[in-house]
Amino acid sequence: MTAQTLYDKLWEQHRILSEEDGRTLLYIDRHLLHEVTSPQAFSGLRAAGRKLWRVDANIATADHNVPTTDRAAGIADATSRLQVETLDRNCAEFGVEEYGMLDRRQGIVHVIAPEQGLTLPGMTVVCGDSHTATHGALGALAFGIGTTEVEHVLATQCLWARKSKNMRVWVDGTLPQGVTAKDLVLAIIGQIGTAGGTGHAIEFAGPGIEALSVEGRMTVCNMAIEAGARSGMVAPDAKTFAYLQGRPHAPQGDDWERAVAFWQTLHSDSDAQFDREIRIDASQLLPQVTWGTSPEMVLSVDAKVPDPAAAPDPVRREAWTRALEYMGLQAGTPISEIAVDKVFIGSCTNARIEDLRAAAEIVRGKRKADSVKAVLVVPGSGLVKAQAEAEGLDEIFRQAGFEWREPGCSMCLAMNADRLEPGERCAATSNRNFEGRQGAGGRTHLVSPAMAAAAAIAGHFVDLRRWHG
Amino acid sequence: MQAFTTLDSAVIPLDRANVDTDAIIPKQFLKTIERQGLGQFLFFDWRYRDGDLSDPNPDFVLNRVDLQGAQVLLAQQNFGCGSSREHAPWALADYGIRAAIAPSFADIFANNCVQNGILLITLQQETIDTLFLAARAAPLQVHIDLAAQELHSADGQHYSFDIAPGAKHKLLNGLDDIQMTLAHADAIRAFEAERRRQMPWLFREVQHG
Ligand code: SF4
Repeated sequence: MTAQTLYDKLWEQHRILSEEDGRTLLYIDRHLLHEVTSPQAFSGLRAAGRKLWRVDANIATADHNVPTTDRAAGIADATSRLQVETLDRNCAEFGVEEYGMLDRRQGIVHVIAPEQGLTLPGMTVVCGDSHTATHGALGALAFGIGTTEVEHVLATQCLWARKSKNMRVWVDGTLPQGVTAKDLVLAIIGQIGTAGGTGHAIEFAGPGIEALSVEGRMTVCNMAIEAGARSGMVAPDAKTFAYLQGRPHAPQGDDWERAVAFWQTLHSDSDAQFDREIRIDASQLLPQVTWGTSPEMVLSVDAKVPDPAAAPDPVRREAWTRALEYMGLQAGTPISEIAVDKVFIGSCTNARIEDLRAAAEIVRGKRKADSVKAVLVVPGSGLVKAQAEAEGLDEIFRQAGFEWREPGCSMCLAMNADRLEPGERCAATSNRNFEGRQGAGGRTHLVSPAMAAAAAIAGHFVDLRRWHG
Repeated sequence: MQAFTTLDSAVIPLDRANVDTDAIIPKQFLKTIERQGLGQFLFFDWRYRDGDLSDPNPDFVLNRVDLQGAQVLLAQQNFGCGSSREHAPWALADYGIRAAIAPSFADIFANNCVQNGILLITLQQETIDTLFLAARAAPLQVHIDLAAQELHSADGQHYSFDIAPGAKHKLLNGLDDIQMTLAHADAIRAFEAERRRQMPWLFREVQHG
């Protein structure tokens, strides 16, 4: 047998059949649903009189539209309310288990599935959401799909897909103090660009990945899509197994032993071939800050905003010029002199407990700068929120003048009431800095939770290695 | 999905090139939670004056009294270009359009139409011009026979058209992708049973809270 990559193995293990033209029917183990991309899929089933192929493979939650303030008050916006209520109704009608808005387990779909043990190594995991790549951190083949495909999975438990090419991002060394998984993935995107992984499935590997916690690996895989790849993954190891053991939907007893034995086979063979391979040295990295309107427009915190005149080609010169104009920045400005109006700590990239701990560590005993209008801390799930409160993190944030909110997507995409006003500048721990992403005219700088917290205290970006608040 | 075999209808002559999906269904209607119900917003900006549903624009062809209930659209080149929104064929289908005739259609739109049971007929520009001429003054009745791949118009003309075998099979039998996949149901079931045997932990009891 020829050597296989982790992706080759996951693909083969789910391949039901292939057609001559290369289309493959893949079996789907886990299907995650949320309120925005599922309504037409359910109504399509209803119109055709169809049932779900396998009810227990599905799990739903409301996350994109839910308010992060007082939940008991309901949802003020009528279209948002209708989408959330429609999800409730569809789940009840079709028998899908749902963590509704008032359930403790509710949260961002990509945070709650690993947390509940609903994502396991060796699975195929799909969701009508591009950040489904997150789940690859546990050694699953996970990718986002469209609404028509959501309906197809509900009805058949399968998807037609074409195999991607293999790409490996090999991370040497380990991250220095104050530099996190978020900085690593931003640096990778800065190196290969937002189209660097297009057409590929990315495996993240090497000592620098092994050294990361499972949550850190999720942060990295989450942004594979920002590097152009539909899926990112990490081979499961002892840390993965320790993370999963005892979670509500993880295997137990004999099943656990059998599962771990199988999971240990889920890695690229030592002589496996990759179509593309890039290397990065984690030990050389500094905290990263995006300065533009694409995640690839990223620099180390000690750098200066670039001059479009120095762009490597005319296309980028044009893009940089436009980005600087939108962002209201001057070429040559030190990143550390950029002042922020708001700070957002949350999203499926960085709203797990370790992220909140890292932010609280920076904030403890300090207060936000007066120039910063608002700091939102939005935990990724109800359980993350409860854990943070048990550790007293919420108090640290409150005493610093931050707002402690209910879980959801919140200001990551501003579909609910949390958003930037035109021209406002935000340090955000989310994954997209596109024009208008956090509200029309809003300006987003992507950073790690620690960097966001420090920016809230200082009022501008700071080099965490030298900063003492 | 409703099968397409034959169809008798008047044609709605929409004499514009490059009609994009935003014109077919503007973006403010994408927040809907249903596929159904979009028909009333079809060609919204052209069909109503000042965005007022109660004030139809009499100059727009869809509002012609003698074309109410017509199910075939006659269009110009590159119909359905722009964003990939599936809401465009949803809106056409919900309005009652079952076929469209044009010199060319945009790619993704064409794909989406087949998924939604809408037959697209591509004909030479001269033929299209002839049909527009005949349809302009008074309703032009056509008879479409998909199995024979023929179009007959009431003024005595006959045209044959090409269609990809896969799309034809799908439309003739009213199959959607799900039905085509379900033709492999036995293979899926066998695969699933084996998986359940080897990895029972992937299957769980559903809880209802
Ligand atoms: S947190 Fe942001 S990126 Fe993640 S699922 Fe929600 S909206 Fe999408």
